[in-house]
Amino acid sequence: MIPACPLASLPRGEAFRLEADPPIAVFHTEDGEILAIDDTCTHQDASLADGWLEGCEIECPLHASRFDLRTGRVDAPPAKRPVRTHQVVVEDDVIYVVPSDEEPNLPPGVTLKGQA
Amino acid sequence: MNTVCVVGASLAGLLTARALRAQGYAGRLVLVGEERHRPYDRPPLSKDFLRGAVGEADLALEGEGEELGIEWRLGVAATGLDAVARRVTLSDGTSIRADGIVIATGAAARELPGSRELAGVHTLRTLDDARALRGDLESAKRMVVIGGGFIGAEVAATARDLGLDVTLVESGTAPLAGVLGHSMAEAIATLHERRGVRLMRGAYVTELTGTERVDGVRLADGTHLPADVVVVGIGAIPNTSWLEGSGLELGDGVVCDEGGGTSVPGVVAVGDCAAWFDPAQGDHHRIEHWTGARQRAAVAAATLLSGGTARPEPARPAYFWSDQFDIKIQFIGHARHADSVTVEEGDLADHSFLAVYRQGDRPVAVLGVNQVRLFTRWRRHLETAPVQAG
Ligand SMILES: Cc1cc2nc3c(=O)[nH]c(=O)nc-3n(C[C@H](O)[C@H](O)[C@H](O)COP(=O)(O)OP(=O)(O)OC[C@H]3O[C@@H](n4cnc5c(N)ncnc54)[C@H](O)[C@@H]3O)c2cc1C
Ligand code: FES
Repeated sequence: MIPACPLASLPRGEAFRLEADPPIAVFHTEDGEILAIDDTCTHQDASLADGWLEGCEIECPLHASRFDLRTGRVDAPPAKRPVRTHQVVVEDDVIYVVPSDEEPNLPPGVTLKGQA
Repeated sequence: MNTVCVVGASLAGLLTARALRAQGYAGRLVLVGEERHRPYDRPPLSKDFLRGAVGEADLALEGEGEELGIEWRLGVAATGLDAVARRVTLSDGTSIRADGIVIATGAAARELPGSRELAGVHTLRTLDDARALRGDLESAKRMVVIGGGFIGAEVAATARDLGLDVTLVESGTAPLAGVLGHSMAEAIATLHERRGVRLMRGAYVTELTGTERVDGVRLADGTHLPADVVVVGIGAIPNTSWLEGSGLELGDGVVCDEGGGTSVPGVVAVGDCAAWFDPAQGDHHRIEHWTGARQRAAVAAATLLSGGTARPEPARPAYFWSDQFDIKIQFIGHARHADSVTVEEGDLADHSFLAVYRQGDRPVAVLGVNQVRLFTRWRRHLETAPVQAG
C-alpha cells in the first residue's frame, strides 16, 4: 500500500499523480468516488491526470481517447489497450493505493524506469 | 440502404465506416484505398516513427480483433464518380454501385516542380514516404527542409534530434506564423534556433541542385545551401481530381454543408478532402487535422444514414497538436480573429506557457506549449462556448 495524499488535498473533480513506476493517477470524481489507474495513456506518453474528468471517465489530454476509471477500458482509438486499475484505500483521511500486480500496458517507446 | 462505398481507407474513411456500424448500418460496406496498407495513423510519421521510436505495427488504426464486416479493396484508386447512378469507377477497371458514398480521400503533399527526378528529395504524407525518408536519414548529414508548416517544423526537429545538420527555409517571417500569429510563432522559431536548427526566414527556394541525387537548394538571393537530403513541406492539396466532371461541387476540397452532405444526395465527404460549412466562421473550409476527422466521422455517417435529415451537433472549434523536440504544442480556435494575445501562464523563453487569443474580451483561441493540464481546461471552456463569427 502506497500513501498518495491526504484526502483533504484532493477535491472532487481533481486528480493527483503518484510518482510510482509507472506513475499512477488518483481521481476524485464529482460523485465522490476515489479511483486509481495507470497515469500513462496506452497510446502515447501523456499523463491522464492532465486529462478531462467526466463522470467516471477520463479523456486523454492529447488525442481524446476515454478510459473508464473503474475498468480501465478505452472507448475508441487512437488508444487501443486498457489501462490498469488499482485499488484505493482511505484510512485516517489519507488516500492509499494498492498497486495492481498485472503487467502495465505502456505505450510504445515508454519503459519502466527500472528497465530503461 | 444496401451498399455503402467509402473511398479513402485512412483515418476519416475508417472512422466513418466504424460510425456507420455503430449507428446500426448492417448492409454491405466497401472500403476502397489507393495504398496497399491497412489504415494507419499519420501523425507519428514525422515524429516517433521517423525517429525510430515506434514501428509500423504501432501505427495501425484498427482496434485489436475489431470486426466491422468490411469488404476491403486496397491498392486500387477510385478514378471517377457517376454521381447520378452512384457508381464509383476504379483503377483496376471495375466499378462499385452503392446507395451511399463516403468521400474520404484526404490530401496529397504539394510538390516542387522537378523534384521527382532527383533522389534524396522527399515529401512526407504516406507510410511509404516515411520509410523512404527514414532510409535516407541513416546516411545523411545535412538536411534542408523547405517550408515551415507543421510537417516541415516537425521533420526539422526530429532530424535535429537525430544529430543532423538542419536548415529550415521559410518564406514568411517565422515557421507556423500563419496559424499561430507572429508573436507566438516567434517563440517556436527561437525554440528551433536554440536547439540548433538554422532558420532562413523570408527566403525563397528557386532551384534544387544536383544531377541524379540532390546536392543542395538555391535561394532567390543566390545562396546555395548544400544538402544530402531535402524535405519539401509546402502544404497539401485535397485529393479531389478524381471527382472532376462528376457534378459534385468542388472548391478547395469537396464543398459540404455543416453535416458533411455534398451537393449530391447520398454522397458525403469527410476529413482533409472536405470543406465543411462552419456556421461559427460563416464559410466553407478544410480542417487538415486529426481531430477534425475524428469528430466529424460520426456526423457524416448520421447525415448519410438519415438521408440528410439528421441535425448535426454544432461544430467544435478546430483543435490540433504538434510535437517538436520534447515540446508539446496544442492549439484550439482561430488566431486570425484575435486582436490581442496574452501569456497567462509560464514564460515564452522557457518554452512552457499558455497564451490566450482574444477578440475584445472574448477568448477565440488558446495555445499551450508544454502546458497540457491547463490547456485541457481552456479547451473545454472554448468547446462548450463555441467561437462565434466576428
Ligand atoms: C506526416 C504527418 C503528420 C501529421 N501530424 C499531425 C499532428 O501532429 N496533429 C494533427 O492534428 N494532425 C496531424 N496530421 C494530419 C492528419 O494526419 C490528417 O488530418 C488525417 O490523416 C486526415 O485523414 P483523412 O482520412 O482525411 O486523409 P488521409 O489520411 O490523407 O487519407 C486519405 C486516404 O485516401 C487515399 N486516397 C486518395 N485518393 C484516393 C482515390 N482516388 N481512391 C482511393 N483512395 C484514395 C489515400 O491513399 C489515403 O490513404 C499529420 C499528417 C501528416 C501527413
Ligand atoms: S496519448 Fe492518449 S490518446 Fe493519444
